[in-house]
Amino acid sequence: MAAMTYAGAARLAIAEAMRADPTVWCVGEDLGRGGVFKQYDGLVEEFGPERISDAPISEAAIMGAAFGAAMVGTRPIVEMRFADFALCATDELVNQIAKARFMFGGQSRAPMVIRKPMGMWRSSAAQHSQSLESWYAHIPGLVVCCPATPQDNYSMMKAAIACDDPVVYLEHKDIWLDEGEVDTDLAGEFGKARVRREGGDVTIVSWSNTANLCLDAAETLAGEGIDAEVIDLLSLWPWDKAAVLSSVRKTGRLVVAHESVAVAGFGAEVVATVAQTVRLKALPRRLGSPRSLIAYAPNLEEQLKVTPAMISEAARGAVGGED
Amino acid sequence: MSRPNFDVEAGLRRLELMERIRAFEETARRAAIDEQLVLGAIHLSIGQEAVAVAVMEPLRREDYILSTHRGHGHTLAKGAEAPAMMKELLGREGGCCGGKGGSMHIADFGVGMLGANGVVAANIHIAAGAAHGVKLLGGDRIVVCLFGDGAANRGPFLEGVNWAGVFDLPILFVCEDNHYSASTLTSAMTSGRVADRARALGLRTTEADGNDVTALAATAAEITGRIRATGKPEFLYVKTYRLSGHTYFDPATYRPEGEAEHMRETACPIMRLRVELAEAGVAEADMDALHGAAAEEMTAALDAARAAPWPADDSVFADVQDIGSPAMEAF
Repeated sequence: MAAMTYAGAARLAIAEAMRADPTVWCVGEDLGRGGVFKQYDGLVEEFGPERISDAPISEAAIMGAAFGAAMVGTRPIVEMRFADFALCATDELVNQIAKARFMFGGQSRAPMVIRKPMGMWRSSAAQHSQSLESWYAHIPGLVVCCPATPQDNYSMMKAAIACDDPVVYLEHKDIWLDEGEVDTDLAGEFGKARVRREGGDVTIVSWSNTANLCLDAAETLAGEGIDAEVIDLLSLWPWDKAAVLSSVRKTGRLVVAHESVAVAGFGAEVVATVAQTVRLKALPRRLGSPRSLIAYAPNLEEQLKVTPAMISEAARGAVGGED
Repeated sequence: MSRPNFDVEAGLRRLELMERIRAFEETARRAAIDEQLVLGAIHLSIGQEAVAVAVMEPLRREDYILSTHRGHGHTLAKGAEAPAMMKELLGREGGCCGGKGGSMHIADFGVGMLGANGVVAANIHIAAGAAHGVKLLGGDRIVVCLFGDGAANRGPFLEGVNWAGVFDLPILFVCEDNHYSASTLTSAMTSGRVADRARALGLRTTEADGNDVTALAATAAEITGRIRATGKPEFLYVKTYRLSGHTYFDPATYRPEGEAEHMRETACPIMRLRVELAEAGVAEADMDALHGAAAEEMTAALDAARAAPWPADDSVFADVQDIGSPAMEAF
């Protein structure tokens, strides 16, 4: 066990994987200076500029070229800088990478980790703040992962690099410097949720940084005598239906919370799956951003955030059985 | 008179391969129109066979190529088997992609053919990346990326060619200018010259007649030899002409009257090579025999494809992904 930041945990996972496998390499803008969030700090010194490769500001080419390099036997880690910029490489990800193995009848693989820093962070406004994980969950061929803690950013990054499928790996920008204990023996597994807190009264399902906010909400609820179970999905495809269904069978109540826009968000998938499987004691609650655009001014940005207070309130509503 | 040092044997080999490509596509077109056996759109390269034959000639089996929606010729010339390709066009079991890709996604990784692509220009930076991977892994493989004139107007052209130049990659970009971007004259939609764009990006660029297989084969051999030796990217811009429509069902009425007929009579690479072979003393009957054998081979390939079963229903859930595979959970 060692204490490290969320960014440092992923960096350690990458360094270990690169030491073990010479075909693993990283490519993206500014990586030679540690990356825009310093999440590659020190790696170019150890591995050199060919394996920690700078790139032109050509997101489509970064994604496309990494895919070409993956098809011929390397294992690229692709840095998109901001999840928003990855939209410049949508054809490459959705039409090429996700489909190649299938279209070519199993002749190719695309073992890639595609890092897309996501989420609201320091008044970054509409083009540097989005959470688009539900888009990728919709695309067959992709694995989608949204870790929320240093431990999970270590374990899931290790799993993503080892995975032979393309993994869309969304790290939340607001928690790069969050510290936590990391056990490097703990293996990550896609489709295996982490129960962040056990409880019998209400199931709260979340992922990415909102899962951390759910824990805060659960603390408040505990003070009021409401025992919430907080499930952090870690990966959205595959997602751990078994863990969620087993929890709601126990609690009979469901709250799903995420930072991304509520409309057509992945929360809808979770609620629908539960609704067609388990008869709940109360109506399910779904929390997400209103379908508006992320603004620059802090007070405007706040209007769009799912907060611990909103999560607690939703849980109280479910437990109070006011429906 | 054939040109000095004209190599009759090589000429006959090239004629045979061009005839095979043409016969493959003529057979596929008939299978589509007469029997509705080819289900989706196919894009024929009739009239462009010399490019496929000349560019693939100096390549080794382990070299990689990436192609386009108009890729049958490239695929055959790289060494793929006609029956497996025909089965793919018919969507049958035993097709090179198991019937899952069809014509626009034809691929044969066993011969280094890393895929046709249904999105114009999308293969350009992917190919640069394949060359990037080759460089990282070491060895003297090279990569050839073929695309049409229309692709020069999409972003991946700039990003992919720049990438190859920046990272000094062993790749040959081949722009096959057949005059038309689908049904639109490319020259009407293109500012400046494509070859000048490549030069502006710092690549050594050669312009050539894409319908003179003899000269083009020599040019391609020289360029690919240089890429293998130096590891540096180059660009080859060739002028050719698409004698067929954009798709097999496109009558191409947007062409000026008489243009296609004129080009068929003056520019068809098969016709031109036959004239030169005849001048060098090859009997018409010998060349006709190559034509006949190619037609027979492709008819047999179609018969094999027609007789092949559909792929197993559950293969639609295979090869999507290992983690979260729809074979385990489709919903």
